[in-house]
Amino acid sequence: MSLHTLTVAELAAGLRARRFSSLDLTLHFLGRIERMAPGLNAFVTVTADRALADARAADELLAKGGGGPLTGVPIAHKDIFCTDGILTTCSSRMLSNFVAPYDATVVERWKAAGTVLLGKTNMDEFAMGSSNETSWYGPVRNPWDPSRVPGGSSGGSAAAVAARLVPAASGTDTGGSIRQPAALTNLTGLKPTYGRVSRYGMIAFASSLDQAGVLTKTAEDAALLLGEMAGFDPRDSTSVDAPVPDYVAELSRPLAGLRVGVIREFFDKGLEPGVGKLVRDAIEVLRAGGATVREVSLPALPLSVPTYYVVAPAECSSNLSRFDGVRFGHRCEAPRDLMDLYKRSRGEGFGDEVKRRIMTGTYVLSAGYYDAYYLKAQKVRQVITADFARAFGEVDVVLGPTTPTPAFELGAKTSDPITMYLNDIYTIGANLAGLPAISVPCGFVSEAGRDLPVGLQLVGPHFSESLLLSASHQYQQRTDWHRRLPPGYE
Amino acid sequence: MSLTRAQVEGIAHLARLEIVEAQMPVYVDSLSRIIDFVEQLSAADTGDVAPMAHPLADQVQRLRPDVVSETDRHEKYQQNAAAVAAGLYLVPKVIE
Repeated sequence: MSLHTLTVAELAAGLRARRFSSLDLTLHFLGRIERMAPGLNAFVTVTADRALADARAADELLAKGGGGPLTGVPIAHKDIFCTDGILTTCSSRMLSNFVAPYDATVVERWKAAGTVLLGKTNMDEFAMGSSNETSWYGPVRNPWDPSRVPGGSSGGSAAAVAARLVPAASGTDTGGSIRQPAALTNLTGLKPTYGRVSRYGMIAFASSLDQAGVLTKTAEDAALLLGEMAGFDPRDSTSVDAPVPDYVAELSRPLAGLRVGVIREFFDKGLEPGVGKLVRDAIEVLRAGGATVREVSLPALPLSVPTYYVVAPAECSSNLSRFDGVRFGHRCEAPRDLMDLYKRSRGEGFGDEVKRRIMTGTYVLSAGYYDAYYLKAQKVRQVITADFARAFGEVDVVLGPTTPTPAFELGAKTSDPITMYLNDIYTIGANLAGLPAISVPCGFVSEAGRDLPVGLQLVGPHFSESLLLSASHQYQQRTDWHRRLPPGYE
Repeated sequence: MSLTRAQVEGIAHLARLEIVEAQMPVYVDSLSRIIDFVEQLSAADTGDVAPMAHPLADQVQRLRPDVVSETDRHEKYQQNAAAVAAGLYLVPKVIE
């Protein structure tokens, strides 16, 4: 059994039992990255020297009988997390010269847990996108079909884990950016409750929606990695001071008695029939495991996408105002005056989608439009949240497809922004309501002679990550979709 | 709802973004589509619901004691600046 086919849990056990060393693992994954990452464009920076140093330190600790659940396990971070002394770009020209002077809390915590940093993964620029086609460093390709997108914005993390170039990776999810790429690449992707994981050092896109999470091969791995990522951080003013459960210990909770609500509005005309069928098959697996299933209605949910495309751009226009060419980041040549410095540095530094969203945000926040757009959207957000709350009064989790279609071809949706935005139609609701949500592999559809992965999504009440993880784990005990590898990456 | 070119130029100025002439029509078109798309919110029945600023209803802004907790690391942080002198960030002349 090749090292890259082992889960994080299996790698951790193997390391502790000294069946292989962290150095063995690190060299193995660095080798795969060197051979296979360029074809996928999954990484912005590969931190080989740092990885080897981390591995040696981990091996020393393990040799003394020390270390914790993740000591010596290689990981990668989405290039949105500040990593001290290492280029941190958000896949943007604006930060193409930015060496972070500190570690994000997420980075700090996984480092303290003894992980080995393999590199920083490619992403949609400033996390704005659903296909990883907006990166300054070029698009990422889906290992299941290199002519197709891996999803976004955590496309690099998804491609890297799916191709088994790294056992697991961090991601961020503002409108679906962990779950949608996980669905398109046959991975497990978890977005925790808003406030569960610290946003300190995570370059901000939309501050009331952004949340860090993980892309892994299994729910068990997600439980392990979330456990080392979650928890109160006084440096993030929106961090919630609530205890972190032992997610791994709670994985064995049985499916029997789980009340599942199938979201009626997610089975609409936009859903590809092949995707819908696989989700319905998955529902039967849950039912056979003892879950009770009924339909629930979240009538305001179809307004998720327009609500998001007012709120998120508004917040991004504020967050990205710090990129002004003055203190860090791209500065234009020979600025004539301060206004020229700002306009050209930002005009040159940001790509089109980023500029589009900043301008949308500026418009909806501007005098005369604030009430009609921004305030209205924040009210609709309240209504959507109330719909979920009402559903959770009757069921434990709600369920639906993660995306309306499998992975689409590069360039297929770039001509009209709205077409791209509609990819997030099933994922955005959870971000608006701050709810935890997970996508797990539930089968494959065949398109143009290729098998393309499909994701099943579960959304739970605030701080129900344990429940989402255990239900997903139980589903993964009864299915083996998540074990399949893309052809050529075995 | 179509935005005019003048409106898009105004927004670009507020956002301190230079949009090159050749790209202007593309931006006018895509921004118009986006604003058109989000217009559907105006028809939504929100009654007298309060706008949501934060997804967790009972969260309040945490305060901390008013004591110094950070150290001076400006030299490290200014390593990413385009132009620095004597700890100050240099920009084109602002005051005539």
